Amino acid sequence: MRTTVLVPPGEPSVETPGMELSKSAAKYAQRKALRPYLILAPTLLLTLGILIPFVAAIYLSFTDFTLRSSDYSFIGFDNYVSMLQNPDFWHSLVVTLQYAFLCTTVEMLLGIGVALLLNEENPISKFLRIILIFPLMIAPVIGTLIWKLMTNPSVGILRTPMSWVGLGDFKWGASPDTAMFSLVLIDAWVYTPFVIILVLAGLRSLPKSPYEAALIDGGSPWFVFKNLTLPMLAPVLLITLVFRLMLSLQEFSIIFALTEGGPGDTTMSLSLLAYNRGFPFYGLAEAIPIMLFLYLIVYLVSFILIGFWRKAQQRASGVA
Amino acid sequence: MNESVSIFTLVGRVSKTVLLLVYALFALFPLLWMIIMSLKPDSQMFTTTFIFSPTMENYSAVFLRSDYPHFFLNNLLVSISAVLLSLIVGVPAAYALARFHFRLKEDIAFTILSFRFAPEILVILPLFLIYQRTGLYDTYFGLIWVYQLITLPLLIWILRGYFEDISPDIEAAAQLDGYSWWQVFLKVLLPLVKPGLVAASLLCFIFAWNAFTFPLLLSDARAQTSTVVALRFLASDTVHYGQVAAAATISALPEVILALLIQKHLVRGLSFGAVKG
Repeated sequence: MRTTVLVPPGEPSVETPGMELSKSAAKYAQRKALRPYLILAPTLLLTLGILIPFVAAIYLSFTDFTLRSSDYSFIGFDNYVSMLQNPDFWHSLVVTLQYAFLCTTVEMLLGIGVALLLNEENPISKFLRIILIFPLMIAPVIGTLIWKLMTNPSVGILRTPMSWVGLGDFKWGASPDTAMFSLVLIDAWVYTPFVIILVLAGLRSLPKSPYEAALIDGGSPWFVFKNLTLPMLAPVLLITLVFRLMLSLQEFSIIFALTEGGPGDTTMSLSLLAYNRGFPFYGLAEAIPIMLFLYLIVYLVSFILIGFWRKAQQRASGVA
Repeated sequence: MNESVSIFTLVGRVSKTVLLLVYALFALFPLLWMIIMSLKPDSQMFTTTFIFSPTMENYSAVFLRSDYPHFFLNNLLVSISAVLLSLIVGVPAAYALARFHFRLKEDIAFTILSFRFAPEILVILPLFLIYQRTGLYDTYFGLIWVYQLITLPLLIWILRGYFEDISPDIEAAAQLDGYSWWQVFLKVLLPLVKPGLVAASLLCFIFAWNAFTFPLLLSDARAQTSTVVALRFLASDTVHYGQVAAAATISALPEVILALLIQKHLVRGLSFGAVKG
């Protein structure tokens, strides 16, 4: 191992060619080579300590372990096979993808739109830029709680305006037809500000000169947006998309707080399914393959998108 | 011709503002309504909308006649401790990832980040078992430890960016003056990243405070946090809607204030340093 690579900037290199290293100098170089690992050790211990259960999880997934008894036996891939044969699992997979797709699409489009509107220098925009992030700061569960109160049939405030448009008996989370809509609405309420503030930061860091050129050429606003803003904004948009997709694929708290996966199993996403199998029904070992499958999806999606992001970043820095 | 253009732009400007205000109504009205509800007496809950005689009754009921303060303090204790633990181990780690060159550096950095995006239920399923067997279930330490998965990646990734922004020349100069790297770190670098440090800590606190799934499944009557308990207010048999709203307001207010304090750093924080605001 070459120790010279590890010398932090500014420090004189200890390894000089041709020079016989004295014992203490060699020790010093060794210590310095280890330094970053030593500094990182507590972090890795803390986080890996938590993730050792991960290995335990994979082991348990090959057993018939339940929380009811401490006896269990090794059953090979049975949990995986029965998961793949269970229609509930495929239903939950569809729900998960649907939820993630709807939330991410709505939040990205709405967020980009609002960010474009906020990217103007007037007092209203300036003020709203500060206060529109509030929903994002509140626990998603508390946000869901507020919406639960607002849509409550007895004290809720939304019944009257809904009746104006002929939807007086809109059932929100309580009806299979509207449960998904209600969840997406709440998710969008919580997370659209996330898209807004990232896109806004992206917009504000764009260089001015290409716009001046486009103005001289007389490009229409749509033309400018499509050919200038969008490509330069691509890295920010992609990273925002990664964050939103990763989190909406595994969203638990909003669904748990509003519908608990119901009515019936209408909104039973994979996270909710695994929770239900694992806890109320004690089937810990059965629940693990479901979450491993979800993790695989999250991992693949983010891996692909981060690849795109890196490329877009290179391209955008080439443009600017 | 000129006139029609100006009318066109005027209409454009007005409709833009209207659209913006519609979104603002959607985003902010629920919060406003939560506060209104929390100030409404039970007797006027079903009969009035905006005009009522405000009362602090709900707040005093939540604060003085329920066990909510216990869970509120739990949340405060667990979240602050989690952030402090993250600071102690995470700040030097962020520095090492920003400054030193060593093998596996990027791999380690991304591994740390990936902890934040592992599905929480996947972590909890085996952890529940281990916590029950080792006695960590429903303890403060158990929560503080698992919260590291929330706070540590966030802190390290935000701070790494702030450390990278500092010119290596400053360090080199201090080292020439005879300071060891540890002294340089404490006396020169930390003061320089202080604004970022404060912002990152507050953001970590917000996310720890908001945690729901971990405390829901890994704690119970003793260590549970207010975020979990607030939801239970609504599920109880005799629902006092005003008290639910008051509990929600108490839980939400500190964060809104904190968010205002770290506004300038929010973009960078929320994107784990990927987008510089």
